[in-house]
Amino acid sequence: MTALTAAPVRPRTPTRMALKRFLRHRLAVVGLALLAVIILLSIFGPLIARFEPDQIDLLSRSQPPSSVHWFGTDQTGRDVFARTLIAGRVSLMVGILSTFISLVVGTVLGALAGYFGGWVDNVIMRFVDVVMTFPSIIVLLTLAAIVGPGVDKTIIIIGLLGWPLACRLVRAKLLSVRELDFIAAANALGATDRRVLLKHALPNVIDVLVVFVSLGVASGILTEAGLSFLGLGVQPPQASWGNLLTGARELTVLEAYPWQWMPAGALIVLTVLATNFLGDGLRDALDPKARQ
Amino acid sequence: MGIYALRRILTSIPLLLVITALIFTLLQFTPGDPLDAYIPPDQVISVQQRQIIKEELGLDQPKAVQYVRWLGQALQGNLGFRIKNGEPVSREIARRLPPTLLLMGLGVTLGVAFGVLFGVIAAVKRYTTLDNVLTFLAFLGISTPAFLAGLLGLYVFTLKLGWFPAGGYQTPGDGSPLDILRHLLLPALILSITYVAVLMRYTRSSMLEVIFQDYVRTARAKGIGETKLISKHVLRNALIPVVTVIGANVANLIGGAVFLESIFSWPGTGQLYLDAIDSRDYPMIMGITLVLAAVILFANLITDLLYGLIDPRIRYS
Repeated sequence: MTALTAAPVRPRTPTRMALKRFLRHRLAVVGLALLAVIILLSIFGPLIARFEPDQIDLLSRSQPPSSVHWFGTDQTGRDVFARTLIAGRVSLMVGILSTFISLVVGTVLGALAGYFGGWVDNVIMRFVDVVMTFPSIIVLLTLAAIVGPGVDKTIIIIGLLGWPLACRLVRAKLLSVRELDFIAAANALGATDRRVLLKHALPNVIDVLVVFVSLGVASGILTEAGLSFLGLGVQPPQASWGNLLTGARELTVLEAYPWQWMPAGALIVLTVLATNFLGDGLRDALDPKARQ
Repeated sequence: MGIYALRRILTSIPLLLVITALIFTLLQFTPGDPLDAYIPPDQVISVQQRQIIKEELGLDQPKAVQYVRWLGQALQGNLGFRIKNGEPVSREIARRLPPTLLLMGLGVTLGVAFGVLFGVIAAVKRYTTLDNVLTFLAFLGISTPAFLAGLLGLYVFTLKLGWFPAGGYQTPGDGSPLDILRHLLLPALILSITYVAVLMRYTRSSMLEVIFQDYVRTARAKGIGETKLISKHVLRNALIPVVTVIGANVANLIGGAVFLESIFSWPGTGQLYLDAIDSRDYPMIMGITLVLAAVILFANLITDLLYGLIDPRIRYS
């Protein structure tokens, strides 16, 4: 009697195929690994560090790296290692949350514009054009000057600048998706617009949005770093990678105490680099037709 | 070409108006009574006098009227007075604009030159180690914020190697163009990094798209030399989309200039802007915002016109 069950077959779903394509990009995988390490360090690092990030020790000001203080100390004796790691929490959070805001606002407006078309589309796209033409740095700095500094305000401002891109991406994808047969079928079967949008159209936008999120986080981290460096974003004593670099605006600190600012700078570059590699790999994996 | 140019210019005007309206709206939200900007701080005046001044300045009119008056004044060159010392805003901006334009000009030139050059090299030597190295460097370039690159450049080239001065416009006592160039070169190089990184990747991918086209194959089959092929046929067509990239990144350039002017103590509009923000000098902030927005709009317009000039297909769409 032969066995009635054969060996289980793993079906080739689109997700699995995309995963295979992704894993072939060595740089993207490296980026993902690097990002994971940095995120883990930011979450758990301050817990295992020997010193509190805000612990002032005026007897050991501006000490170079040693076995006690792995990255040295800053001008008030705080441990640079602990501060750099906890700054990671803030910078990453600002990047992620601001991208989330851009994502939500952009997707809603993009879905409305792309799916319904007509005058809704026109109005929204004119709006998008205006906001996109505005030089973001200037809006950023001006808004920050008016509203004032602070983590939450920074998150909102950065988020408000990123939504036009998400809107355009979602709209473009929806314009091509809504012509497809399964949408027509759903409509013919009597599905409400809301159902068609949420259940049939939008799930096809996810691949574009995944790439947007990864690149948006990179951009958000860079923007936060710039704002905080100028004193407009995250305020001390709360640490972020940007405001850890503020000290380097003075030539004495820049030259004599490189350990105070180089770690934060290196982490910014590494995180953004990793996120960019990841985003590139995701884009190639999820949409192999897209040429770089 | 003429109709295309006219169309582009005409679409820019409403955009400019919308942007000025937005800036004016932002101006309304700045803290403080706008009336106080026109009254010397040590003068005590009665409520009636405040009302008279208010009417004189037109601050009691509806917002729309105020906007038109403000716009009219701005177009005539009156951007208000600084809170700091009562000097006219436009005078200070006019003084600080040339150094910034110098910095940005050199930055763009270096960026475009090196970016296209490296992009061509990467495309011609595609998939070799050189290509991979260049692509990695491009990634590094777009991952590094402008101010960090500035700090690192300052650290390495000025403090450790001593090749360049630490900042400023010129050494006191010397004002020769060569001296200014020495001060200008490092910040301009750093400013160009973003352009080099972005343009290199775009040029490379654009060239790769063109190289595999049929007309290139035909030219090669006809026996044309590789160098002439690249420079005459491939490059010209590959550069078309690159022009738009140059224009689209002007805003980034201005952002980078703001940071770099601060780090290198370069006496330009960017540094003025940061000072104004620090001292909450709102008339100055708004004045600079207006000028910079106009500059960017103008740059976009020039890019579009150039694009229409280079690519005949655009003119007839």
